[in-house]
Amino acid sequence: MKRSPKDTAESVRRITRRGLILGGGMVGFMGLLGARMRYMQVDQADEFRLLAEENRVNIRLIPPARGEIFDRNGRIIAHNEQAYRIVMVREDADDVDETIRRLSRLVQLDPDELEKALAEMKRSAPFLPITLADRVSWEDISRVAINAPALPGITPEVGLSRNYPLHDDFAHVVGYVGPVSDYDLSKMEDPDQVLRIPRFQIGKVGLEAKMEDELRGKAGARRVEVNAAGRVMRELSRQEGVEGTNLQLTIDHMLQNYAQARMADESAAAVVMDVRNGDILAIASTPSFDPNLFVRGISVGDYKALTENKYRPLANKTVQGTYPPGSTFKMVVALAGLEAGVVNADKTYYCPGHLTVSGRRFHCWKGGGHGHVNIEKSLQQSCDVFYYELAMEVGIERITEMAQRLGIGIRHDLPMSAVAQGLTPTKAWKQEVRGESWLIGDTVNSAIGQGFVLASPLQLAVMTARIATGRDVKPRLIKSIDTVEQEIAEAASLGINENHLRLVRHGMYQVSNSQRGTAYSNRIEPKEFRMAGKTGTSQVRNITAAERARGVFRNDQLPWERRDHALFVDFAPYDNPRIAVSIVVEHGSGGSTAAAPIARDITLQALFGDDPPLDAYPRKDHGRIQTQQEKLREMRPPEDGRGRSRA
Amino acid sequence: MSYLEYNVQWTPTGWRKILYINWPLALLLTAVACVGFLMLYSVAGGSFSPWAEPQIVRFGIGMASMLVVAMVPLWFWRNVSGVAYLGSLALLVAVELFGHIGMGAQRWIDLGFFRLQPSELMKVALVMLLAAYYDWLPVKKVSHPLWVLVPVIIILVPTYLVLAQPDLGTAILLLAGGGAIMFFAGVHWAYFAAVIAAGVGLVTAVFKSRGTDWQLLKDYQFRRIDTFLDPSSDPLGAGYHITQSKIALGSGGWTGRGFMQGTQSRLNFLPEKHTDFIFTTLAEEFGFIGGISLLTLYALIIAFCIVSALTNASRYGSLLTLGIATTFFLFFAVNMSMVMGLAPVVGVPLPLVSYGGSAMMVLLAAFGLVQSAHVHRPRGRR
Repeated sequence: MKRSPKDTAESVRRITRRGLILGGGMVGFMGLLGARMRYMQVDQADEFRLLAEENRVNIRLIPPARGEIFDRNGRIIAHNEQAYRIVMVREDADDVDETIRRLSRLVQLDPDELEKALAEMKRSAPFLPITLADRVSWEDISRVAINAPALPGITPEVGLSRNYPLHDDFAHVVGYVGPVSDYDLSKMEDPDQVLRIPRFQIGKVGLEAKMEDELRGKAGARRVEVNAAGRVMRELSRQEGVEGTNLQLTIDHMLQNYAQARMADESAAAVVMDVRNGDILAIASTPSFDPNLFVRGISVGDYKALTENKYRPLANKTVQGTYPPGSTFKMVVALAGLEAGVVNADKTYYCPGHLTVSGRRFHCWKGGGHGHVNIEKSLQQSCDVFYYELAMEVGIERITEMAQRLGIGIRHDLPMSAVAQGLTPTKAWKQEVRGESWLIGDTVNSAIGQGFVLASPLQLAVMTARIATGRDVKPRLIKSIDTVEQEIAEAASLGINENHLRLVRHGMYQVSNSQRGTAYSNRIEPKEFRMAGKTGTSQVRNITAAERARGVFRNDQLPWERRDHALFVDFAPYDNPRIAVSIVVEHGSGGSTAAAPIARDITLQALFGDDPPLDAYPRKDHGRIQTQQEKLREMRPPEDGRGRSRA
Repeated sequence: MSYLEYNVQWTPTGWRKILYINWPLALLLTAVACVGFLMLYSVAGGSFSPWAEPQIVRFGIGMASMLVVAMVPLWFWRNVSGVAYLGSLALLVAVELFGHIGMGAQRWIDLGFFRLQPSELMKVALVMLLAAYYDWLPVKKVSHPLWVLVPVIIILVPTYLVLAQPDLGTAILLLAGGGAIMFFAGVHWAYFAAVIAAGVGLVTAVFKSRGTDWQLLKDYQFRRIDTFLDPSSDPLGAGYHITQSKIALGSGGWTGRGFMQGTQSRLNFLPEKHTDFIFTTLAEEFGFIGGISLLTLYALIIAFCIVSALTNASRYGSLLTLGIATTFFLFFAVNMSMVMGLAPVVGVPLPLVSYGGSAMMVLLAAFGLVQSAHVHRPRGRR
């Protein structure tokens, strides 16, 4: 192409000019970019760096291992078990439905749980593990592990879960744990972060709940780097948590097991205390339940069975249950009378079988009466009229004062749920609560532990221990915390005249050891182990005049709920007291027939630390006792294979 | 440069041409590509796969094709300009009809062994045709309305096709690139002033129309504009990319967090970290120093092209060189503005650094044209 030179020159000029202009513009814009870069990276760097840090760092909590609970000999009562579960990561499973179908051929999958898991899977990020089956057996886990190649995305996982190897025996003492609920959180003012971990277990009832702060420990924390989707990429730092505190109880698990098993057929409660230091050696309430059911999440059917049982297995009768103490209260009245100087060893009252007070007739349990009765005989034969007379002279205020000194009507400080205060009535109390004035009949009723008086089996055991020692023995349940033995100060004297105590103790001795004693048939033979006790039978109904006219019903003719409660308290050995026992058999009819045999058996078991020799029992009982011992031996927990002692 | 020198032409021939290639420019291109390899290695978590290795291979092929293109006499390229343009246009139409959907837009044709993006080809072909057009057109007629209309049509037809894909980024590049050549060729100021005025007017009208009956954009498009103007208004939605990108960039500081230490890109907070947003990784890991170094390399490439263009007596050669340089500039200027939050996210890669199939090869071939113009520029006889 031929161009004119002029055209070419003009073109070159224009291109050069325009090129320089636009080139300058480009350089200018690049300067702008550089300035912007400087502004962001130098001037604002700190701000952006902070944002980047917030982006990537996440704090993950490490749940602490819960403190373990041991009995006084180091036997595990509550520990953390490795719980296996099967989890699935959606993004690793090629075909979710097919994989689950294959899995269900290996492991029994709960359809409800599976449905929940699948719904959860749809909601959450594909790399998050979803639990398909919890608390899977080791066999199932191995089967899954072997078939791993056919199960993409499925992994067996291990976590810690609470386990109670002794099952029913400690359900009421230790209670149980369960996953934190929204309700639990709503009750707390400033809930610990760790509680927000899914499936984190906290104590719900009993010692587990009361000692929650000690048992829980402190959560550790991992600072992890996460990516935009929340997946953990690596751990930046790790702060180990603090394991929960281990607790050792004063309870002897063998004795506890014995007490539970011995009373298994009854609705009953038993407390065994070491009178020397207040250690609770056994605190049994029957029937019981398996706390492991609650840890797993109890089924509706199981729960209904527990709540609808008329024996109330969920109630801890030893501390929650309060009962009219019946004749076991007579020691209180006797000591009150002795201390007040109203009676002495020789003073007698005449018992014609009944006493009429302000127009109302109060009966002695023995229709024919006991005749002239002194204080020892009154205990031995449990004469009611003696105490009617005595109580009226002593007055309710002094009886109540003595009851509280002996541990009734005060809330003992034990780490258990719903420890009851019981009730020791006063005139002011009745006026305030009932709006009625105190009647002399109320005093007469209180004299034999009826009417308003209520005591828990724990309080009765404390009472017995205090009578046995004359000291202000306080019950305790925790022997050591993290192997540090809890100190016990020697109990102070109650300030009750030792002669008076001796008198009452001797009366109790005769209950079990004199032929006319109410519990003579349930005595202990060897002299050095003999016990001093007291029977009690407390009415839960009023005997109507019509019933009396027809002849009083025998207890076994009544429906269970209307039968009398049977009670028994004792300490042993009489000469050198070591243990105090209290027994309440709900609606057991009679203290001497229903409660005393159990108390004797448990007392012997506690004294010997194992099955006592048959010689300890009266000869005529040997056959029956032998059968019973064999039967109860079968209910013993298996030897603790891991038997580590933390004491 | 005297008239005589211009008239007495001499160009190298045969293998000797190799010596006349603009080697500093080739070196700069290689340097930028190496930055790219480094970053692709880093964002893959310290691995050559899946990005760095294919990128290196493509760069090798691209450099080879650049040399081949550079060897071919410039007059050949001028003569095939029209064919290139029409061919690219045909492919754009084909994409519209049979193209695959990639990233929500129809952009490429699968040739079996290679995925062809006709819009990439068009960027170069458009520059070639416009340069050839102004090479042919006498200077006097350049500003004549009729002769202005022709290049406007040449530009608008492919722009419309690309916009229909839709690929806003490439459309802007075509429009701005074509306009730049018209500017270089000497079209009267008044036309540009008019277009800019009209553009401003249109934008104003669009914003004014919001909420009225004659609303010019759809609601979601308005929301996108809102997000661009204030990314923090929607930090996890549409504003997420730009917010995270700014965090990455800003947290780099003076010297950066160190190679492969960038948390933003390492942890996937950055979107498209190996393609459009790769600059943020560089800025995060090497800081202001790294960013400004890359910008300097780009600036040097532009400078070498402009110097080459302005010392080239061939009108076609200098227009072509300027056009390709401008297109290259637009690439990285738009991309960087985007990641720095100065421009909306439109999907323009960082040239020679972003991972991309045809983009890099086409770009290197285009630099082959620059080299060809450089090698075959008229010289005085020795």
